[in-house]
Amino acid sequence: MNWLTSIVETALFILLAPLFAGWVKWVKCLLQNRRPPPLVQPYRDLAKLFRKRPMIADTASWIFEAAPFVVFVTAVFAAGIVPFAIAHLPTAKVADLIVLVGFFALGRFFLTLAGLDLGTAFGGMGSSREMMIASLAEPAMLMAVFTLAMSAATTNLSQAIDWVLQTGLVLRPSFVFALAGLMLVGIAETGRIPVDNPATHLELTMVHEAMVLEYSGRYLALIEWANQIKLMLYGVLIANIFLPWGIAESLTPRDLALGFASIIGKLAVLGIALPISETLFAKMRVFRYQEFLGFAYLLSLLGMLSHVILEVN
Amino acid sequence: MDVWAPLSDAHRAWMIELNRELQAQGVAIRDGTGSALLPAHLWEVGSHDWERVARAAHRRQARWAGLWLDDLGNGQLRAHAALMKHGGLLVLRTHLEPPDLSLPSQAHAFPAADRIERHAADLYGVTFKGHPDPRRWTRHQAWPPDTFPLRKAFSAAGDPAPATPPDADYPFLASPSPEVYEIPVGPVHAGIIEPGHFRFLAVGETMLNLEERLGYVHKGIEKIAEGRDPESVARLAGRVSGDSTVAHAWAACMAMEQALGKVIPLRAFRLRGILTERERIANHLGDIGAICNDVGFPFANYQFSRLREQWLRDNAAWFGHRLLMDLVVPGGVAHDLAETDAGAMRDHIAALRRELDELRPILDANHSLQDRLVGAGHLSFEAARDLGCLGYVGRASGFDTDLRRERPYAPYDEVTVPAVLRTEGDVAARLNVRYDEINASLAVIEQLLDRLHPGPVLADLAPPGRATEGIGLIEGWRGEVMSYVRLDATGRVARFYPRDPSVFNWPALEQLIHGNIVPDFPLCNKSVNGSYSGHDL
Repeated sequence: MNWLTSIVETALFILLAPLFAGWVKWVKCLLQNRRPPPLVQPYRDLAKLFRKRPMIADTASWIFEAAPFVVFVTAVFAAGIVPFAIAHLPTAKVADLIVLVGFFALGRFFLTLAGLDLGTAFGGMGSSREMMIASLAEPAMLMAVFTLAMSAATTNLSQAIDWVLQTGLVLRPSFVFALAGLMLVGIAETGRIPVDNPATHLELTMVHEAMVLEYSGRYLALIEWANQIKLMLYGVLIANIFLPWGIAESLTPRDLALGFASIIGKLAVLGIALPISETLFAKMRVFRYQEFLGFAYLLSLLGMLSHVILEVN
Repeated sequence: MDVWAPLSDAHRAWMIELNRELQAQGVAIRDGTGSALLPAHLWEVGSHDWERVARAAHRRQARWAGLWLDDLGNGQLRAHAALMKHGGLLVLRTHLEPPDLSLPSQAHAFPAADRIERHAADLYGVTFKGHPDPRRWTRHQAWPPDTFPLRKAFSAAGDPAPATPPDADYPFLASPSPEVYEIPVGPVHAGIIEPGHFRFLAVGETMLNLEERLGYVHKGIEKIAEGRDPESVARLAGRVSGDSTVAHAWAACMAMEQALGKVIPLRAFRLRGILTERERIANHLGDIGAICNDVGFPFANYQFSRLREQWLRDNAAWFGHRLLMDLVVPGGVAHDLAETDAGAMRDHIAALRRELDELRPILDANHSLQDRLVGAGHLSFEAARDLGCLGYVGRASGFDTDLRRERPYAPYDEVTVPAVLRTEGDVAARLNVRYDEINASLAVIEQLLDRLHPGPVLADLAPPGRATEGIGLIEGWRGEVMSYVRLDATGRVARFYPRDPSVFNWPALEQLIHGNIVPDFPLCNKSVNGSYSGHDL
């Protein structure tokens, strides 16, 4: 029964991811005085892409064709690990935060290989920039994760959420720092402004888009969808680790309704905060990434230090 | 009244000194003053002295402003080079006769001459002796190396091959080592822009070199102009570069009106001035938004796109065309401005000013935006001067060229054009120059509206009855637009050469990217915004 719920919940997560992306886009349009596309536009785009046959370059190897599946599957698995609206599901118990970071890394590894695979200039540039960002973002993310793990004495997400719920609403400096660090990492990892501009058509400035420039049709759909899942994953992570209240702790209809309502509400708020920051800031220079992600690392490190100094005992 | 006041001594001083120096060196100069090429001063020199004159002019810090050849049909070719200083235009002319169709290259003295000489070599089969870069330029593979489309013997319809072979063997500067990698970009780009190829040499993200390869939009404008009547050539000139349609059409019309000795009505001059300034404002509005958009700051893009759109709708309402195409015609303008519309224009100018004053602090105070713009794509004053950069590109680097102030032509002789000059030379400076020029142009339009007295806007042009020629010079939104037109006795155009300012600003892009990183190239490119079409002709 639990496993079935788990699978249903993960499926729901995956199906809702384009809606979240659509919401972010919708808010952003309003902020820019534009008439927004309907919220379901990302679904239409995906449906359109899934109907199209992908074009594959002559120089492509099996990596190019395998990468979209690896990227999508790792994103789905990652979505399975993260408690969405219900805590204590078996999928959340079999894997922990380190595995989550690993899934992200695996997907990225294949995507960067695919970027290099065809031997085009843009793909290589995108892959090299992606690796530069990853090498700076992953330590910051792990540091934030460790801060959480040290407080909750576990790296398992479900148990960590339990711990936060049990200790109640306490202002922990370590969590505030880790939250800030994780938000910066999330912006970098999901390719949002000011690190990457998902809306640009300028190949030379792209990071994520440069790697997937040669993808089309259903392969592109898988990658886009995986990207949307990843964006929502970071939203859910931030919402559920730092403000888990409302998450369903049992499978009663009341708890479930509350759980879904609360996570959707939290995501909606995050989906407003993200486009506001994207509207206020221009994309930064590529060589400012170190400063940005170095700052994210510093915040996470401060989180851990303040935990050790202020919160132990 | 005349379009051009006679050359003043200040305009002419450098020419007089140059003449004296060259005469002392034994260079024979036949002074053609009084020719129809006003406002230019015409010198006929021997082809063997072609380079010597250029070097002497370079020492006197003149600016190289163009080169065009002309097939006279009797086997003779005629070459012209334009030199400019303090608004004084000097045109050199020399004759070439077979079998020796060669000229000493002026590209050593003036780097700006590089591509135009190669363009002329590709289209006329003239050899430029000692040219630093003898590769082909405008000729891709659309016509074989031993045919020359601008010779009169070449049919205007061309000789199209069934299929154009791929242009794969152009010798780009190759990477000197495996660590330096080449990035080919274009000719087809992702956005809706014109085609052009860029070849980067880069180490990591740092650009070592950029080589441009243009010519993909070569439309044969110079060839298809032959045999047309003035009206038709004015329409053609309006399509040399779509965003400069008023400037090019005016320059061509001015050249033809000068050739025919015809002065158009006063009201037409002032309307042309208003149209040119409206074109300048529309393009600057678009550019400011586009520059911000290229650094991921779409807020500015949507705001400025909105302002530009309102401006263009006004164009449509008042002049009948959003981009003001085909309004400047030989003899005047094709569409008069109604009195009520002139009043509305004043109101809309005030409204635009308010919006601009509101937006500017937002851009200036946004650190993340300024961080991208300040210091990016620096073009030094020396580079701008040596390349003869025009318009906002030169004016952002302290190289001040503005015909409206240096050598005012009607109607600019009766208005004050506020000077806009910056010295920083970076992307931010090019953006700020545009911003200030919008305000300057708004002030100019208001002054012109004040003087827009009722009267005719179109005069008849009679055929000349003899072969004649003329030059048009206009400060378009990108900079100085030059147009040369030669008419035959029946009033048909025998030679039309439009020189877009982009030909001098494209090479600046190759210079100003040094020290920048690959992902900043689109920003640098947008800040220059050269016209591909105007360059390729």
